[in-house]
Amino acid sequence: MALFNKQNKEALTNPLNLDHPILVQVLGICSALAVTSQLKPAIVMGLAVTVITAFANVIISLIRNTIPNRIRIVVQLVVVAALVTIVSQILKAFAYDVSVQLSVYVGLIITNCILMGRLEAFAMQNKPWPSFLDGIGNGLGYAMILVIVGAFRELFGRGTLLGFQVVPDACYDMGYMNNGMMTMPAMALILVGCVIWVHRAYFYKEK
Amino acid sequence: MEHAISLFFRSIFVDNMIFAFFLGMCSYLAVSKTVKTSIGLGLAVTFVLFVTVPVDYLLQTKVLGPNCLVEGVDLSYLSFILFIAVIAGMVQLVEMTVEKYSPSLYAALGIFLPLIAVNCAIMGASLFMQQRILLEPTNTQAITSVWDAMVYAVGSGIGWTLAIVSLGAIREKMQYGDVPRPLQGLGITFITVGLMAMAMMCFSGLNI
Repeated sequence: MALFNKQNKEALTNPLNLDHPILVQVLGICSALAVTSQLKPAIVMGLAVTVITAFANVIISLIRNTIPNRIRIVVQLVVVAALVTIVSQILKAFAYDVSVQLSVYVGLIITNCILMGRLEAFAMQNKPWPSFLDGIGNGLGYAMILVIVGAFRELFGRGTLLGFQVVPDACYDMGYMNNGMMTMPAMALILVGCVIWVHRAYFYKEK
Repeated sequence: MEHAISLFFRSIFVDNMIFAFFLGMCSYLAVSKTVKTSIGLGLAVTFVLFVTVPVDYLLQTKVLGPNCLVEGVDLSYLSFILFIAVIAGMVQLVEMTVEKYSPSLYAALGIFLPLIAVNCAIMGASLFMQQRILLEPTNTQAITSVWDAMVYAVGSGIGWTLAIVSLGAIREKMQYGDVPRPLQGLGITFITVGLMAMAMMCFSGLNI
């Protein structure tokens, strides 16, 4: 079996546009909104979720035939919780300031619906390799939104990107002001709403 | 007593699960189509919070914390797994109860009842509680006893219920509105919640 035949490729690329986990399936909204007030935590969170989704998919897919149907949710939760514990310890060891910024939202990856949704819908029925690709695709789709929203909020709310000043001082001298509203939680919701609007207007033109 | 009252009202209005922390968004957006199902889910979430947060508080302070079981051992890295196990067990119990006493509500909630187990609001409340144990007792957000944990849980649950019921009511009315086609459904719901969150921001200076 080729590693990248058509079916596997679809498993990787579909979540990035037509089958997007946040915009179309409405999964994993909570953390997507909460960690995006700056770009750096948004990127770290996106990477963490991608890694965890991919490996949880592989593990569940490997043991899918041995899990009794009745207790599958609990088994999935334990696998995910173990992976999240590992990632949280790694973050604390190597990127302490980011893990403080993310606070409880690292732990909340356990209850991220993208994970449970993909485990239930994909990994329980498919072989490990396609499941791995599906996990990577969904994680990247999630990370994409985080980066878009995070970049917008940091650029307009603080005039910086990744902590470096982007808006030149000359603009501030001319009377430009940072929009403090952008750093508030409410704007994250409205920005995601607008992203959904653009996405739908683009992909559902023909209908 | 004063501390408990302040904790209660702050957790409803200031530290609202939905509007300040975006916890439990998935079921919040999916189930809020009518007021009736919203109330049902809100009550279920409040009940699960009320039971799990105090249990997790006891676990954290009596079993997992530093020097609890064995001298010099800090087990708090196990908290994720233990908390989620408590929550999953509790949700199973609530599911059986609802199925027995209110089959119509059970049918209306559908898949979202078992999914309370992965509702971020429940896990989030436990994790916030874990952080707040470490605060100074004079801080209005501190949780210093199992009663505080209970008050915090009920307050968060009521805040969540208020949020979902009001969104349900708005969405019922919005069906008759003239919304641009690509914005219909999810898009406009997000923007509505954003505006509601902005309104809730006026409570952020609340001092009790």
